[in-house]
Amino acid sequence: MNALALEHVSKSYILEGAERPVLKDINLKVEHNEIVAIVGASGCGKSTLLRLVVGLDADYRGTISWGSHNKTALSKVGMVFQDHRLYPWLTVQGNVDLALDDTSLSTTERRDRTSHYLRLVGLADYAKAYPRQLSGGMAQRAAIARALAHEPEILLMDEPFGALDSLLRMRLQDELLSIWEKNKVSIVIVTHDVEEALYLADRILVMEPNPGRIRDVVDVGLPRPRDRADPAIADLKRRCLATLV
Amino acid sequence: MADRSLRTTGFPRGAVLPLAAALIWSAASAAGFLSGPMAVSPFEVILTPFVDPSGRELWMALFASIARVLAGGALGGLIGLVLGYVAGMYRIAALGLAPTVHTVRQVALFAWIPLLTAWFGNGESTKLVFTALSTFFPLFLATEQGVRQAPLPLIEAAQTLGLRPWTRVRKLYLPAALPSIYVGLQIAVLSAWIGTIGAEYAIGNGRGLGSYLASARDQFRMDIVIVGVFALAGGGVALSAAVRFVTAKISPWSQEAR
Repeated sequence: MNALALEHVSKSYILEGAERPVLKDINLKVEHNEIVAIVGASGCGKSTLLRLVVGLDADYRGTISWGSHNKTALSKVGMVFQDHRLYPWLTVQGNVDLALDDTSLSTTERRDRTSHYLRLVGLADYAKAYPRQLSGGMAQRAAIARALAHEPEILLMDEPFGALDSLLRMRLQDELLSIWEKNKVSIVIVTHDVEEALYLADRILVMEPNPGRIRDVVDVGLPRPRDRADPAIADLKRRCLATLV
Repeated sequence: MADRSLRTTGFPRGAVLPLAAALIWSAASAAGFLSGPMAVSPFEVILTPFVDPSGRELWMALFASIARVLAGGALGGLIGLVLGYVAGMYRIAALGLAPTVHTVRQVALFAWIPLLTAWFGNGESTKLVFTALSTFFPLFLATEQGVRQAPLPLIEAAQTLGLRPWTRVRKLYLPAALPSIYVGLQIAVLSAWIGTIGAEYAIGNGRGLGSYLASARDQFRMDIVIVGVFALAGGGVALSAAVRFVTAKISPWSQEAR
């Protein structure tokens, strides 16, 4: 059974009376513990796709199913946006605790859970800090802790490191992989950075715009930890870019 | 402006103009330019609330008015907050409520007094309802706008986190609306103060700064009238400062950010 399955998912907007397709016949199966990257030029509908999966947009055709149990999207899916979307009036701990709102955990259990995930992302010392006191990378790590705290089966990430500088981005990619190894979750990460996709993912979906559709599926199949300078990665990069550019 | 110069220079530049006016006033009354039953010297005015038996009633009147502001303001403010929240949250409520509120708001505040006295009589309830009314409008509008301006990215985050409705109120919409509510509160407290004094003045009976002023005028006690006017200004400044103080205390996240 897959952690996530999309079958014949299509979506269109009505613009000035005319139907404009943004996603056309998307089929995707994400297995447990698999990391899938979606790359594509801007406007290819990759962010829209995540919004459908997380339940922010219910207006689509086709079917989306989340895992084996008959649960709603929310209890199965954690979402990290490009901007951290932390609540400025809550401490880091308060923000992570939001994810536990819909659970039956006791106050102590909630505190233990938030502390655990803050430790996991290296923010244990910043539990009482407010988001404005954090750097961009720290805020994004807090957002990841928040998305993981209710222990979803799938972590969706919409260009999570897109706003960070390249060194920090590489560091957070490594951190993400180490979190993933400790917390076996499936990850679907949308990015426009092919190297990021190749470093992280088991499988890469290359999308094409107008209307958004999957053009190529690249099985990376390299063992981790990967070497960013590996010639095999360079070959795969050439293949992805040939489709994209 | 006055606040800032106080802080930056240590010298209350804002006090220069009133002090100069007081000086001219004293000089004029000492030199005999001001005479007649309506003319009083600043010295008399300063002493009035402490030595004069009628003047000493100022404190009770001031206290009664402030108590009325707090009671009526709490009532009207709470209703404004709740209805403003509902109107900000639900489009259907906004469509149903806003036109009525905006139309009713166009009625000049003091035009309500004849109607209110007809409904509630010449006593305490009319003054309370009037104060409540003068607080309701600014808080309704501020809350409605603040809630409606809650940032969409944070609303989407609430959806993806599966926040329950009451948690959304406490952790998202109210904090997001707070800056706007604070501005509304600043306006509301002054509106309530003016409303209270106005109602007391217009109705004329009972304790309060307004009725105190009205009776001093009727008795040609210009010293008390002037003291009353100063008390009115002082009360407004104090209430406004109290609101600023309290609101600064309960939003620690915004203080350093600005």
